Amino acid sequence: MTLQNQNQRSATSEVDLPTAALYLVLVFLGWLNIFAAVYDPELHPSIFDLGLNCGKQMLWIGTAIVLLLVIILIDHKFFETFAFVIYGALCVILIGVLIGGKVVAGSKSWIEIGSFAIQPSEFAKMATALAVAAYLSGQYVKLDNLKNLMTVYAIMFFPALLILAQNDTGSTLVFSSFFLVLFREGMNPTILVIGIVGVFLFIMALIFDKIYLSITYMVLSIFFILYNRNVRRKISSILIVLGIAFISSGITFSVDFIIKNVLQDHQQKRIKALINPDADPLGYGWNVTQSKIAIGSGGFLGKGFLEGTQTKFDFVPEQHTDFIFCTIGEEWGWLGSFILIGLFITLFLRIVYLTERQRSKFARIYGYCVASIMLFHFTVNIGMTIGLFPVIGIPLPFFSYGGSSLWSFTILLWIFLNLDANRKQVLA
Amino acid sequence: MKENRVIIIQGIFLVIGLVFLIKLFIIQVIDKSYEEEAAQNAIQRVTEYPYRGIIKDRNGKLLVANTGVYDLMVIPKKLKINGNLEDFCHLLGIDTADFRLRLKAATKYSSVKPSLFFEQMSDIKFARVQDLLSDFPGFYIQARTVRNYPQSVAANALGYIGEISKEKINLVGKDNYKSGDYIGISGIESFYEKELRGVRGVKYVMVNVRGEEKGRFKNGAYDTASVPGKDVIASIDLDLQQYAEKLMKNKIGSVVAIEPSTGEVLAFVSAPSYDPNLLTGEEFSMNYNKLVHDSLKPLFNRALMAQYPPGSIFKTINGLYALQNDIIDTTTIFPCNRGIIACHGKHSSANFTTSIQFSCNPYYWNVFKKIINQGKSSNYFKDAKICYDHWREHVVKFGLGGKTGIDLPNEKKGILPSSNYYDKVYGANRWAFTTIFSLGIGQGELSITPVQMANVACILANRGHYFAPHLVKGIGRKDSVAASFTEKHTTGIMPEFYTAIVNGMELVVRSGTGFLARSKEFVGCGKTGTVENPHGADHSVFIGFAPKHNPTIAIAVVVENSGFGAEWAAPISGLLFAKYLNHKIEKDWVENYILKRDFIRDPAKPKPKERHKRG
Repeated sequence: MTLQNQNQRSATSEVDLPTAALYLVLVFLGWLNIFAAVYDPELHPSIFDLGLNCGKQMLWIGTAIVLLLVIILIDHKFFETFAFVIYGALCVILIGVLIGGKVVAGSKSWIEIGSFAIQPSEFAKMATALAVAAYLSGQYVKLDNLKNLMTVYAIMFFPALLILAQNDTGSTLVFSSFFLVLFREGMNPTILVIGIVGVFLFIMALIFDKIYLSITYMVLSIFFILYNRNVRRKISSILIVLGIAFISSGITFSVDFIIKNVLQDHQQKRIKALINPDADPLGYGWNVTQSKIAIGSGGFLGKGFLEGTQTKFDFVPEQHTDFIFCTIGEEWGWLGSFILIGLFITLFLRIVYLTERQRSKFARIYGYCVASIMLFHFTVNIGMTIGLFPVIGIPLPFFSYGGSSLWSFTILLWIFLNLDANRKQVLA
Repeated sequence: MKENRVIIIQGIFLVIGLVFLIKLFIIQVIDKSYEEEAAQNAIQRVTEYPYRGIIKDRNGKLLVANTGVYDLMVIPKKLKINGNLEDFCHLLGIDTADFRLRLKAATKYSSVKPSLFFEQMSDIKFARVQDLLSDFPGFYIQARTVRNYPQSVAANALGYIGEISKEKINLVGKDNYKSGDYIGISGIESFYEKELRGVRGVKYVMVNVRGEEKGRFKNGAYDTASVPGKDVIASIDLDLQQYAEKLMKNKIGSVVAIEPSTGEVLAFVSAPSYDPNLLTGEEFSMNYNKLVHDSLKPLFNRALMAQYPPGSIFKTINGLYALQNDIIDTTTIFPCNRGIIACHGKHSSANFTTSIQFSCNPYYWNVFKKIINQGKSSNYFKDAKICYDHWREHVVKFGLGGKTGIDLPNEKKGILPSSNYYDKVYGANRWAFTTIFSLGIGQGELSITPVQMANVACILANRGHYFAPHLVKGIGRKDSVAASFTEKHTTGIMPEFYTAIVNGMELVVRSGTGFLARSKEFVGCGKTGTVENPHGADHSVFIGFAPKHNPTIAIAVVVENSGFGAEWAAPISGLLFAKYLNHKIEKDWVENYILKRDFIRDPAKPKPKERHKRG
């Protein structure tokens, strides 16, 4: 009993204050910007108005703070011990959603509890992070072992597939962020490199003419062979380089097939809108175009708090959820965007710093999961608002309106802060 | 290995942040096009229409005013029916089925933007409907003004306003007008458009994606206030104008009365006219079409644009020219040789004064012969050309062959052919007096508008000068007119020659062809004219002024296809003199005689040939 008290006291006092402060600042700024996004200058609403999303977000923030206090008080061993239980439970819930969930905006990813609606897929990320960390921290697990690697993939992709089945592509793609964790933990980076090159080829094929691209790849490979002695010496190397060029061309030509036969109609349009928003400015191009107009019109210093016209007057869709960054870009300008991006990058770097001081492998891997998941959300969310990524509906951590999102990121981060606070009690 | 990977991961964080910041810098700071697009999206320019200036007569009586009409507007989305719909419809004078029909039409246009629900309610209807509006949120009243002509007079002088055409927008520039705006189309409304319309204000309002208004942009920092149009004081005398229109009823022709000392137009009638109120409000197009297709052409401004041979009134100008250039003197006598040209009245010869009194055709045949054969060249034909050019130069100074500069759009110049014209028609050195002798009595190629005739009357009244006729004597509070209207135009003919002419004109009224214009109260002077008209009865013309000394009114009257100048134009002028100078009519019988005659339903018959050219 005394020991437990001692543990708890030390845990609360050891919470990493910079991270906690960053969390509170981001949540507070998010709340202000949700207010700005829903603000109607004719009505002069109050930020505390519970009838508006800003007032509701205030409630979500209040409950999130209660939640984080509870998490910080939980014994740190609980998370490692019950990682698979939590994971299993979430998988069951995801299956349940598939059977009896509620369809919102085309995705069957919500469950209703009374008047509440909760999106379990938001929490599945946290559960998967715990499971991945728990598995990888196992004594004999090695990532160069194929069986182990496949097991991790299975842990990662089982919930991802369930979410894909809910027709929530955005949340599914988030699970690819675990590759960054695997990379840190020693996975052969070839897969990552191939993946990145594949995406690069795919995008190039969308932008440029396919025949010219293929010729370019071939010419580049021939130059590479001619100017690289090591390659020139071995026939096998030459064949490999030529093979890569050939495969690149193949991918280039298969893009149309993939788009037409693999992607759903709205996904195809979103990708086309990214490449050329003007082709369909009032349809799928609308989101990208309007979002860029809102952000672009902010200028260097922005229009000022509550002075944005594009976000306020509904030119930008989903302005308080997925497109919340438009409000920041429009009202706070480049300087505000700089500060926001700076805060996020600082948070990510701080988490990486914290993970590297963990004695426990579980805590370290979990920390990387936290950083990777948030990085993915951050990158894709802001990237889509400024036209660098196709429109994938995932929230900006701590900023986007919504209880499920705020709660899940709070839990995700604060479990790690709990682990970090108790790091000294772990015998490495 | 692991250390490297941590650095790579940290590098990825920084690269992503950097890429975002660069991209943001490009779209937020470098590329300014997004700002414009944002403004186009959310900021709407709303024009604030100024109050259009009103037009008053010279005595401050209202000629053109603005009346408020009240449109009932509806925003379907905001509409709630909390009151008794049947009562509401009853007040509007529609039934509930019509109500739903109108609402459906409005919703079809837009459920969030205001639509016109009921057009142009009267004051009374407006007051009643307004009481009920609190029970019907979503409805509101929009007041606007339409032109209104309380006296229904001077339609062709005042003109009308109407929706601007696309061609006109391109002509006047898009800064001031856009499609759907109103602009003065004719008359004073058009000529003084700039002054009357005022300066439009601009209000920037924010709108959301559905076009709903969301307040002033930057609290109105970029807004400009509208400046109301200036009121215009017309020189028209309402009483005289109304009386002139009354006299011209059922006749085709014009009356132009001018104050000779200033050039201010006192009455301006083009008959038949129309009620200017027809060209206001929602029935504009229907009425406009009717007027355009009316065979009597009420929209045609005869006073300004109809061109007639001047006839005998032109003898005054030829006489003055001959006196000034020592071709004749006031004692010159010519026999009334009716062998050369027909004449009328009992006289066998005429001196200068009686030549005007009797309008003696042989006298002016002789005068014009001397004008054209002054012996300035030994060649008969060259002499004619030199003399003609010299003569023409003087006639131009009477405001003929060119615009008088009156402040109305589309003034016609009349015709005063140049010698080149005759060279072209007959060949150089192939024409002389015998070719153009009819100019001597105001016939032939000459033509003149009623405004020009009235201007000639002013010159005679002023004994040698005129001010460009104008219908507006003041703009805004200042009692000022454009400089062009205060410039004195002189004819270069000595005043004593005018005395001779004026004495003749006095005799015209006292005991000549203008006797129906005679008055016991004042001395009127005038000259009648009967303009030959190959298409029917002659045009009756009279120019004159009164009183003889210090005249305050000069006039020109044309009554088309009616007969002799003495018969119609002269008595109408006399009645108008009396009305203006004495404010009462001495001879009721003359008035009755004029009012009774209806040339439209009962056209005059052409007079027998031998009686032609009586003046």
